[in-house]
Amino acid sequence: MDKNKTSSDSHLEQVLYSGEFTLTGELGPPKSADKNDIIEKAKSLKGYVDASNITDNQTAIARMSSIASGVISLEQGLEPVIQITTRDRNRLAIQSDVLGAAALGIKNILCLSGDHQSFGNHPTAKNVFDIDSIQLINMLYKMREEQQFECGDMIRNGKKGPVVEPKIFIGAAANPFAEPLDFRVMRLEKKIRAGADFIQTQVIYDMDRFKQWMEEVKQKDLHKKVYILAGITPLKSARMAKYMKDNVSGISFTGDIIERMEKAEDQKAEGIQIALEQIEEIKSMEGVHGVHLMAIGGEKSVPDIVEKAGLMPRPSVKEMKT
Amino acid sequence: MIVAEQKPFEQIFNSVKNYENIMVLGCGTCVTVCMAGGEHEVGVLTKQLILAAKQNNVNLNVEELTITRQCDKEFFDENTTNKIKEADAVLSLGCGVGVQYIVELFPDMIVKPGVNTKFLGANISQGLWSERCGGCGECVLDEYEGICPVARCAKSLMNGPCGGSSNGMCEVDPENIECAGQLIYDRFKRLNKLETLLEFKPAKNWSLSRDGGPRRVAREEMMFDDE
Ligand code: SF4
Ligand code: SF4
Repeated sequence: MDKNKTSSDSHLEQVLYSGEFTLTGELGPPKSADKNDIIEKAKSLKGYVDASNITDNQTAIARMSSIASGVISLEQGLEPVIQITTRDRNRLAIQSDVLGAAALGIKNILCLSGDHQSFGNHPTAKNVFDIDSIQLINMLYKMREEQQFECGDMIRNGKKGPVVEPKIFIGAAANPFAEPLDFRVMRLEKKIRAGADFIQTQVIYDMDRFKQWMEEVKQKDLHKKVYILAGITPLKSARMAKYMKDNVSGISFTGDIIERMEKAEDQKAEGIQIALEQIEEIKSMEGVHGVHLMAIGGEKSVPDIVEKAGLMPRPSVKEMKT
Repeated sequence: MIVAEQKPFEQIFNSVKNYENIMVLGCGTCVTVCMAGGEHEVGVLTKQLILAAKQNNVNLNVEELTITRQCDKEFFDENTTNKIKEADAVLSLGCGVGVQYIVELFPDMIVKPGVNTKFLGANISQGLWSERCGGCGECVLDEYEGICPVARCAKSLMNGPCGGSSNGMCEVDPENIECAGQLIYDRFKRLNKLETLLEFKPAKNWSLSRDGGPRRVAREEMMFDDE
């Protein structure tokens, strides 16, 4: 990616490009056709984050589609980052969805392989995995930069139709805590080479490991080739922390976090306090361009955290364009 | 080899109990090696069926026979053919191929499967078999130094491993499934060629796999003129 220019009309890209410390949030679509659920969540995030991820059948549980939810979010004035997993759709379905999403005003897509279906509520489903997340990144890149489908056909309706390619700001995930540890920076590099513009990391509960990963990232100058948003999720309780530590692959904890949560009188407040301290630390870290704030099921707590973190007001589109 | 596992006995019994004369037909190749449907298993199952028939007051005559291979015409000799024809139904302990091959050779015969055909795999230790190949039609093992991402990664990631890899194990079953991405990484590290893992692997051509429809291999040099 060339950081000296922008490649889409994404507000998120504009904010990152401006050099401002950037904030993305996360919005989970409902397990129903309840439009109001999205409207409410979007209202509480709007103005407090620069864009918000919309998950795609997260943890392999069937939910309202991320594109549909993203369009509802857009109507509320909250810029969505649509997540697309390669678990449920093949290259045909994904490209058709990307064209549709772009036509509906979606500007950011985060590319994921997706949680395996065995974790969700349809464990007997067949998975797709026609392509993987890195191939998806490259597919979006090729669509944007070469105006071509995966198969090589031009993105145009017939020989005389206009070429109208989806101008998508391309996101990818990175997990500094998964194994093999010394492959994790290589994997980031692979995603950058495939065409990723921005990266959101796995939630950080092990700041030492994150710093070490960032050091390796900087050694390779990768922070100059991609925008990095550090993943933060305030812990709700010591129980939640322990559960994640024992049951979720690819999340790492430093000892004192769980201890702090256990000792706290008000665990929820302590969780937020820890998150605030992490954000403060990240703000001063070279090469990290912002924070991806995931408040699982707690979209309403985001404004409070953002305000306390001193990250208000968020830059507006207009300011960006001047 | 093809690895199979015998179906639950109750399911087998229910599928054959309404026929008077059944023939339990074993196969001497893969299912013998993985101890699901060879001569030994045929013998045990036959005894079980006779016992169950008695206990349930069902009139069931059970014959047993095991041939070298159920997926090859030449092993259905006269004796086998006659025996099969005398039965009302065949209970095949061959893999899914065997079952279908008998149906093709004996279009009037009822053939019931006695095993669940699982995968192409290897014997890892006593009593343990594990999947190794997904029959994708275009082998990429050379690109991965002998470890198959198609069959061994739960998500068939060609550019793995994903973020769920932990302690060398796959998030889908951290107790039992090794992470293919980690295995590939370890292998490349051992061979001193880690940097080649940076290479982007493009989307795989699945048309050569089952996705292209049922496949066949035709080798003209081996065909007889009249075929
Ligand atoms: S690459 Fe294909 S043919 Fe080769 S081992 Fe894997 S699934 Fe089998
Ligand atoms: S943990 Fe490893 S084997 Fe499992 S899905 Fe991820 S890359 Fe594949």
